[in-house]
Amino acid sequence: MADKRTTLEEFVGELADGMTIGIGGWGSRRKPMAAVRAILRSDLSDLTVVSYGGPDVGLLCAAGKVAKVVYGFVTLDSIPTDPHFKAARQSGAVEAMEVDEGMFYLGLLAAAQRVPFLPTRSGLGSDVLRVNPSLRTVRSPYDDGEELVAMPALRLDAAVVHVNRADAAGSGQVLGPDPFFDELFLGAADRRFVTTEQVVPTEQLAAGGPLQSLCVSRLLTDAVIETPGGAHFTACVPDYGRDEGFQKEYVAAAGDPDAWAAFHARFLAVDEAGYQAATREAADERAAARAAKEGA
Amino acid sequence: MSRTTDPGVTRAEYCAVACAEVFRGDAEVMASAFGTAPALGARLARLTFAPDLVLTDGDAALVDGAPPLGARPDSLVLESHMPYRRVFDVVWSGRRNLIMMASQIDRTGNQNISAIGPWDHPKAQLVGVRGAPGNTVNHPTSYWVPNHSPRSFVEQVDVVSGVGYARAAEAGPSATRFHEIRFVISNLGVFDFATPDRVMRLASVHPGVTVDEVVAATGFELVVPDEVPDTRQPTAEELELLRTVLDPRSVRDREVPA
Repeated sequence: MADKRTTLEEFVGELADGMTIGIGGWGSRRKPMAAVRAILRSDLSDLTVVSYGGPDVGLLCAAGKVAKVVYGFVTLDSIPTDPHFKAARQSGAVEAMEVDEGMFYLGLLAAAQRVPFLPTRSGLGSDVLRVNPSLRTVRSPYDDGEELVAMPALRLDAAVVHVNRADAAGSGQVLGPDPFFDELFLGAADRRFVTTEQVVPTEQLAAGGPLQSLCVSRLLTDAVIETPGGAHFTACVPDYGRDEGFQKEYVAAAGDPDAWAAFHARFLAVDEAGYQAATREAADERAAARAAKEGA
Repeated sequence: MSRTTDPGVTRAEYCAVACAEVFRGDAEVMASAFGTAPALGARLARLTFAPDLVLTDGDAALVDGAPPLGARPDSLVLESHMPYRRVFDVVWSGRRNLIMMASQIDRTGNQNISAIGPWDHPKAQLVGVRGAPGNTVNHPTSYWVPNHSPRSFVEQVDVVSGVGYARAAEAGPSATRFHEIRFVISNLGVFDFATPDRVMRLASVHPGVTVDEVVAATGFELVVPDEVPDTRQPTAEELELLRTVLDPRSVRDREVPA
């Protein structure tokens, strides 16, 4: 089997300005954040980001990398909205294709199945059709004659997802409770990247969890990148939960230009190893501050 | 007209009971409920008059019984796997009854959780339409608005996320086929669309609230029947369940102050 292991640098090197990039995970859960941080450090621009959106979307908007976002929501889960995405929308800095989250699923599925659209009831009567004037309806060719939304395929130039374990050939394992739509993101994309907490020998995959946890096959994978802590600060259970303290810092910093500059310098203007070290240090500082408060 | 208020029952408890009523008559459907009063309402219904209701753990599983708010994950009895991809199968099959929240709701039952203001330059980008367009044309949907005001109850929502009666009718039979906005529950009362032209009607006021207060807090012309009943009293069993089993720490009073 081919060894598909590569690096974050090579991942970014395969992307280009103006590309449409799908990002796996859901909200602030199992996002390929190390890959997002690598894009932040690059000079890529003008991207279309397709995502069940979380802080991946916010960070890319904050860095000015994004021309357009395709999404059903952008949320941090424990915090309802992402401040950078809000700001980008409210200033008109990004174009928005906001669709029902089930339509989004069908758009990925259509792309993965190489059909131009899939029909759905979802979207009928709503402003999704008003704010996305390119969306069309389609009439059933059968006797029912129903008129349904024709959700277009969301074809991706590249997709990146983050899984708990993978082997060097690109079989991926999700040990948490929900595989989300990661395999569809990969199926919808021309270039397919899997980041993982840990690359393990193939025989350890099935030994490490039930067969249904092996939900990304190497049929769907071009490249594998080992990025321990690569979903931080989003949740990557059972390896780690969401770093709520850090997520709060992220939101607080977003509200103030000076605070954001300091946050950027400390956490984002550094390489991935530097990020992991800085966030561990920040966690220790928050713990010390809590202890001091409780002791006082 | 003065109204009697049971001095022992809080406003949040009336809201929870009103939310439970959303599920009356339901057999085996998946109950999804966002917000504290809806979460308590679905659990109350499951433990009393709708014993076949199927509840979720809020993550990727269906749970047996009706766990208390904030129950530890390892205390839950899981009965099925329900990742998001399968949730859509349930939504599209219609075997679901849902209470969503609404940043804005209007006279014909449109809901908005997407954005306030013009689309290209919204004054406030909210979370996004999420599943609201699909939910409302596939299975019964109700709304919970804990802060009833002219800003939340508006003449016309800015972005139609959840589809109301007039918009569904305009879109045609494929949109109306499975469409039902069952109730809107706010911190002041309960509303339905049981009018000839399917516009919002005041169905009951929570004890302690006057009809005038509701009308003043609503930013459109509400249909008000001659006689507006009170939201029903919780039963002794429901109060016991709320206070000692489901929400002993009174999380409900933080969402709707007493």
